[in-house]
Amino acid sequence: MVDLHVDLCGIELSNPVIPASGTFGYGYEFAQWYDIDILGSLSFKGTTREPRYGNPTPRIAECPSGMLNAVGLQNPGVEKVLSEEMPKLKEHFHKPVMANVSGFSVEEYVTTVSKLEREDQIGWYEINISCPNVHGGGMSFGTDPCQAAAVTEAVRKATKKPILIKLSPNVTDIAEIARACEASGADGISLINTLMGMRIDIHTGRPILKNVTGGLSGPAVFPVALRMVYQVSQAVKVPVVGMGGITTAEDVVEMMLAGATAVEVGAANLIDPFACKKIIEDLPGVLEGIGVKDIKEVIGGSHRG
Amino acid sequence: MKQGTFEITQNRHLTDAILEMRLKGDTSAVTVPGQFVELALPGFFLRRPISVCDRNEAELVLVYKTVGKGTEALSKMRTGDLDLLTGLGNGYDVSASGKEPLLIGGGVGIPPLYLLAKELLQEGKRVQVILGFNKEEEIFYEKEFKDLGCEVHLTTVDGSKGVKGFVTDAMTDLEYTYFYSCGPLPMLRAVFKQSKTSGQFSLEERMGCGFGACMGCSIQTAEGTKRVCREGPVFRKEELPW
Ligand SMILES: Cc1cc2nc3c(=O)[nH]c(=O)nc-3n(C[C@H](O)[C@H](O)[C@H](O)COP(=O)(O)OP(=O)(O)OC[C@H]3O[C@@H](n4cnc5c(N)ncnc54)[C@H](O)[C@@H]3O)c2cc1C
Ligand SMILES: Cc1cc2nc3c(=O)[nH]c(=O)nc-3n(C[C@H](O)[C@H](O)[C@H](O)COP(=O)(O)O)c2cc1C
Ligand code: FES
Repeated sequence: MVDLHVDLCGIELSNPVIPASGTFGYGYEFAQWYDIDILGSLSFKGTTREPRYGNPTPRIAECPSGMLNAVGLQNPGVEKVLSEEMPKLKEHFHKPVMANVSGFSVEEYVTTVSKLEREDQIGWYEINISCPNVHGGGMSFGTDPCQAAAVTEAVRKATKKPILIKLSPNVTDIAEIARACEASGADGISLINTLMGMRIDIHTGRPILKNVTGGLSGPAVFPVALRMVYQVSQAVKVPVVGMGGITTAEDVVEMMLAGATAVEVGAANLIDPFACKKIIEDLPGVLEGIGVKDIKEVIGGSHRG
Repeated sequence: MKQGTFEITQNRHLTDAILEMRLKGDTSAVTVPGQFVELALPGFFLRRPISVCDRNEAELVLVYKTVGKGTEALSKMRTGDLDLLTGLGNGYDVSASGKEPLLIGGGVGIPPLYLLAKELLQEGKRVQVILGFNKEEEIFYEKEFKDLGCEVHLTTVDGSKGVKGFVTDAMTDLEYTYFYSCGPLPMLRAVFKQSKTSGQFSLEERMGCGFGACMGCSIQTAEGTKRVCREGPVFRKEELPW
């Protein structure tokens, strides 16, 4: 038997696999297809203080080994998440949930987190300071160490629960941003959010996405994500949740060797609704194949020697 | 929704750009006309949404147009297996039809109306169908609808066969109790304006997943935000704020 348990900021996960925010809704719809209690946790759709419709369509474009999205944080707003989405999730999921929070000002992050405090099932906050889709919003927090620190510090005062700051990869020195968040009270760092990109339709000469630009994710970004997890996990002492392009159990092990304590799986859920289930089922075999009995052994394995 | 492997048993051209593909596999998740499948294509990251044109216990029929690299690759496959998600979306509500429903399809919007026509005829309805094309060489499924027992009206934009003009030009003289439509957006909007009764529209949107997880396909309706892949692709006339 291979032990898959990991500890993320003092909360034990039965395995390190977490569906990534924005690719799993509020979870309960996947419960029609498999038992979602097998997941380590789940990170729900980026939630804001007010309801948001998001960007005009087309919001999705394809590219080799990946996709672009410009959903623009569509969500029903924090009040409805508490009154409608969480009760439905609770029927099917009985573990601590990761609450993914977005905002357009420091006060908005604080208000949203303060409201979510009345929900006991929330284990961690994952503060998205990196969504590249919203003009004048998320982008600036995640690309400037001072602003990243300001959000972290303010949210830190609003809750005693662990907070993970989710970083944007669209920066020159990701380790510097991570250190600023750690110094301001972050209990962990999660990365990467999507990389900004675009596609143009050669027949019309116009961008495919109505929003013009969108966030790139999927296997295409895996080496970039892996490199950033490797750098950040050496720059900070707090745990790192790694994501970006994970589609297989082998990718999970690779991401953990780079320094991740747990991982999130995003775009893979969209092309295969059973992706997380398959990854969790495959993990023991992959670990046995490399002679590992306890998955904790692989965390940061590539840093040693 | 079900995930399953389907075997390609046929993939033949109906016209230059339109093909009919027959697939053998578990079709049990396909329950209503107007639903779609998401098919995985080797070498492409996202799945492709295609409407179910017909089904029985062991076989699915898809009719599709080659418009880009994915459908081009699909058109070259003669044998082999495809990974499909089946039973996606809310299809047409057959119970709303009244005695004499009218089915209105434009180009590659025609396929889902075939299974719908079949079910309406089984319920003893008189089914009239308007099939709209650009020109004679692009016509497909005229005989198939006639063989089912539908009254078929053709329109072509260039007048090479049937009524010259758009599907709406064939609508004016017809009596019907309800309508069902599928086709390009400008056609659907024209049908919306021209129609004398209530009806249903099947919409298209670029999709990330096809099963409700990504919010890639959201539209604004009179009843709030809805997902084309989950609450749709079929919407009632009253839901659309056109
Ligand atoms: C619910 C639904 C049912 C459909 N049913 C049919 C059908 O029965 N027959 C048929 O021929 N076509 C149908 N389509 C359209 C079909 O999905 C596209 O023509 C196809 O995805 C194009 O793929 P491609 O790789 O050839 O084109 P590309 O342009 O190379 O594709 C690039 C990306 O854009 C997406 N895309 C491009 N055009 C469309 C479009 N019109 N709608 C949605 N996504 C698109 C592709 O899926 C892919 O992700 C349907 C679409 C939807 C949403
Ligand atoms: C359709 C879509 C929606 C997303 N929405 C959010 C979101 O609301 N909040 C967030 O923090 N990240 C969001 N992301 C980013 C993912 O959580 C993840 O960080 C990124 O996609 C990289 O992982 P992947 O390559 O496995 O998809 C979204 C990604 C996709 C594809
Ligand atoms: S395509 Fe993903 S929600 Fe509709």
